Amino acid sequence: MSAPLLSARGVTKRFGERIACRDVSFELWPGEVLGIVGESGSGKTTLLNCLAGRLTPDGGTVTYESAAAGTVDVHGLSEARRRLLARTEWGFVNQDAREGLRMGVSAGANIGERLMAIGARHYGTIRQTSCDWLARVEIDLDRLDDRPTTYSGGMRQRLQIARNLVSEPRLVFMDEPTGGLDVSVQARLLDLLRGLVDRFHLSAVLVTHDLGVARLLTHRLMVMQGGKVVEDGLTDQVLDDPQHAYTQMLVASILPV
Amino acid sequence: MLPVLRVSALNKAFVMHAQGDLALPVLQDVALSVAPGECLALVGPSGAGKSTLLRSLYGNYRPQSGSIQIRHRDQWVELVGAEPRVVLDVRRHTMGFVSQFLRVIPRIGAVDVVAEPMVRRGAPAEEARRRAEFLLGLLGIPARLWALPPATFSGGEQQRVNIARSLIADYPVLLLDEPTASLDTANRDGVIDLIRQRREAGTAIVGIFHDTTVRDAVATRLHNVALPGAQP
Repeated sequence: MSAPLLSARGVTKRFGERIACRDVSFELWPGEVLGIVGESGSGKTTLLNCLAGRLTPDGGTVTYESAAAGTVDVHGLSEARRRLLARTEWGFVNQDAREGLRMGVSAGANIGERLMAIGARHYGTIRQTSCDWLARVEIDLDRLDDRPTTYSGGMRQRLQIARNLVSEPRLVFMDEPTGGLDVSVQARLLDLLRGLVDRFHLSAVLVTHDLGVARLLTHRLMVMQGGKVVEDGLTDQVLDDPQHAYTQMLVASILPV
Repeated sequence: MLPVLRVSALNKAFVMHAQGDLALPVLQDVALSVAPGECLALVGPSGAGKSTLLRSLYGNYRPQSGSIQIRHRDQWVELVGAEPRVVLDVRRHTMGFVSQFLRVIPRIGAVDVVAEPMVRRGAPAEEARRRAEFLLGLLGIPARLWALPPATFSGGEQQRVNIARSLIADYPVLLLDEPTASLDTANRDGVIDLIRQRREAGTAIVGIFHDTTVRDAVATRLHNVALPGAQP
């Protein structure tokens, strides 16, 4: 097989005295969806932000196999080059769609903006692609010119996903993409994400505290506790045969329905 | 025939940290091998570790030591301690698993649940759907149910969806955990026929069949499973 798409080596991040994430190493291979699970405050989101270049780690390195630029040290890049990478080869889906969308412009413009950022200039093409993506994320086309402020929470999240995937990223970071949504809305979003991951052969790093979401969407899991990865493996291995005391406790705490 | 699956010195214990690190040894020095066209039936009392062995073979449970080797892409691949992507590739191309229960995916219709493994292996979606419909029909699932998510299906219908999903991809190695547990006689006989066809076509099968009619109909060999220390 080829090479890992993303490699973390000893990634550590402190906030003052507190160590939010400690000595994390792993490799993400093309087509893999890696879940990071753990309770609130375990360092999941800090790690995700370090991987995506949104936070600078205090120790360790993150390297990415770029289609355009070969192997790059994510934190060694200039701010401008990292931003370019983030909008051409990566996507980032926030838990709160308001942070990932521009709330003051239309849905169509939210999608079109990403296309223009990667060089699309023809208005008709941009509008057509925006329409295709709205349909793909199951938003009625007559909402194309509405602002996301008029959208429901589930629609906003789907729009944020469309905005992120329209530029055909190779790697998508997701922070609790289904958090705060009703279960029926969540099921629809999960179904959508599953389909998109398969169809576009996406690689992804997904942070979630919901083990059911992790089971449906991820191939592999890392379990974090107190900033450290305490267990990792195939998703079904970690959930069906948990080894670490903390993972056993997490799995035993799932409410059956 | 040379084996396609060989297991040696396999050990697996469950350590329960919430119970003061209580260790429950389940598999001790297990050895077996299976060749194409063979169906090895695991036999032993309830709780003896049959499902644990089957799940370890699939890479679902993680043994502490020993070896599970499978013939994959014309090479021997070690599954104990293997990287996740290696296990996933083996599951995508070489080894299928029929569990007792279907893990339902919200909003996905039965036909797409069944077609998925074939699509994942790169088959065109239309071809996979046609084959999925064929298998669902063969297993007696009424056509009006094909587009519906199986969450509301009966236990027997769900199990047949599960069987169809595992048979669609023609895996060279097939693991079956009570594939007929919740089926009536007619449907059970249909599943027996399908398993025999697979075996005769050269699939290597390891299975748990509590129903002795099913076991006698499909198994070519028995393998006794007992807890460490239990009297045989």
